[in-house]
Amino acid sequence: MSETRYTKDHEYIRVEGDVGIVGITDFAQSQLGDVVFVELPQAGKVVAKGAEAAVVESVKAASEVYAPVSGEVVDVNGAIEGQPGLVNEDPAGKGWFLKIKIKDKAELSELMDEAAYHAFVSSCS
Amino acid sequence: MADASDNAPLAVTPLNALHRASGARMVPFAGYDMPVQYPDGILTEHLHTRDKAGLFDVSHMGQAFLSGPHVIARFESLVPGDIGALAQGRIRYTQLLNEEGGILDDMMVTRLSDDRLFLVVNAACKHQDFAHIARALPDLKLDILDTRALLALQGPLAAAVLSKLLPGVELMPFMSAKNVMHGGVELYISRSGYTGEDGYEISVPDAQAESFAKTLLADERVKLIGLGARDSLRLEAGLCLYGHDIDTQTTPIEGDLIWSISKRRRAEGGFPGAAHVQKHIAEGAPRKRVGLALEGKAPAREGAEIADHAGNIVGRVTSGGFAPSLQKPIAMGYVDAAHAAPGTELNLIVRGKALPARVVAFPFVPTRYFRGP
Repeated sequence: MSETRYTKDHEYIRVEGDVGIVGITDFAQSQLGDVVFVELPQAGKVVAKGAEAAVVESVKAASEVYAPVSGEVVDVNGAIEGQPGLVNEDPAGKGWFLKIKIKDKAELSELMDEAAYHAFVSSCS
Repeated sequence: MADASDNAPLAVTPLNALHRASGARMVPFAGYDMPVQYPDGILTEHLHTRDKAGLFDVSHMGQAFLSGPHVIARFESLVPGDIGALAQGRIRYTQLLNEEGGILDDMMVTRLSDDRLFLVVNAACKHQDFAHIARALPDLKLDILDTRALLALQGPLAAAVLSKLLPGVELMPFMSAKNVMHGGVELYISRSGYTGEDGYEISVPDAQAESFAKTLLADERVKLIGLGARDSLRLEAGLCLYGHDIDTQTTPIEGDLIWSISKRRRAEGGFPGAAHVQKHIAEGAPRKRVGLALEGKAPAREGAEIADHAGNIVGRVTSGGFAPSLQKPIAMGYVDAAHAAPGTELNLIVRGKALPARVVAFPFVPTRYFRGP
């Protein structure tokens, strides 16, 4: 069973055991527009919750992707470097950014669940 | 860009309802509520314009007639462009300069007759431009056309589309203008644009703007295009965005706009800041606007520093992004004269990393203007 949590910066983290799969939400990709470049960290990088973990660039602008929780990057999605458009087409699936080995699961409780995130997005738009 | 304050209510163009009905994402731009993109997105809109025909609402731009005795010579006292050599019905790109030769705005000037010019200036500068012109030329009459919309139809099929409606416009050469009656209203048509493609800018009274736009959009080859793609199209064409690539701190020579100043005007001067501009022409400007082709995939944006291979900062990016037609990042910026030659290898500093780039000649994408039948 996996659960997905969300940040106010529109990242998601789908928790599968000790690892969280991180990406940007469908709302985020729709706001960014066509993604043309993604910069991913090296596997092994240790990130703190809220620190910059990756960069995503649309035609218009560059944006940071922040780590939803602290931990070690254990894998990155090389496919989106070659095909950045996957982030627009399938942000929750093939457009994921990186996997983090979660250091402290208690940090997850500080993030929004799906219902709270939906309410948050409604308040944004 | 001198955007209006966040608190000021945004102005709207006569096409505002059409933009919203078309699903546009609206943003504040130069004090106007403007469409940055439609549901297709910037990439698709950009490529559609290069492939077929895009319709842009540029009604936020300033339009005016300037008329009176000796208007040609009088207006030449404000700009370095050769308005005297302009034939009737022809258009020239030029710049309003300050006393230091810095650029107050760039603009299009049409010579309608010996005593009448048509001016189109940037939205963000229009109020100060018109005040400047009225103050400098009190003997002339400045009629600001604030009840006319401006539409741009751009792309390789623009002539085929517009001539169906207005036969004859396909024969107009690039940078020429004429007035055409359509449905009882007078349209001011210029064969010009800001995309590097063939196309037209059409001035239409506010009241008829939406119906005219809808008539154009009824042709399946035409799609609405937002400001996002307008920016990526003009960047590929190597065209300046005022307030970013040129401003009061740059002369036309630094801005690589010497082509817009004729031999006569270079020699005679007679425009604001002529001594500075002539010095830059004679001795070379200390820095120059150049095109930058990046080797990798990461874009460099406005503000990125430009370094030589020793790590010295030699300039700064003024516009940059992903070029949809080239599928790679491009930029323009100012570099010291010693690094301005095409082929020079430089680094653009983005997030602390040095991205390799090469100085290239403008435009990045070949222009396809219609030079004549």
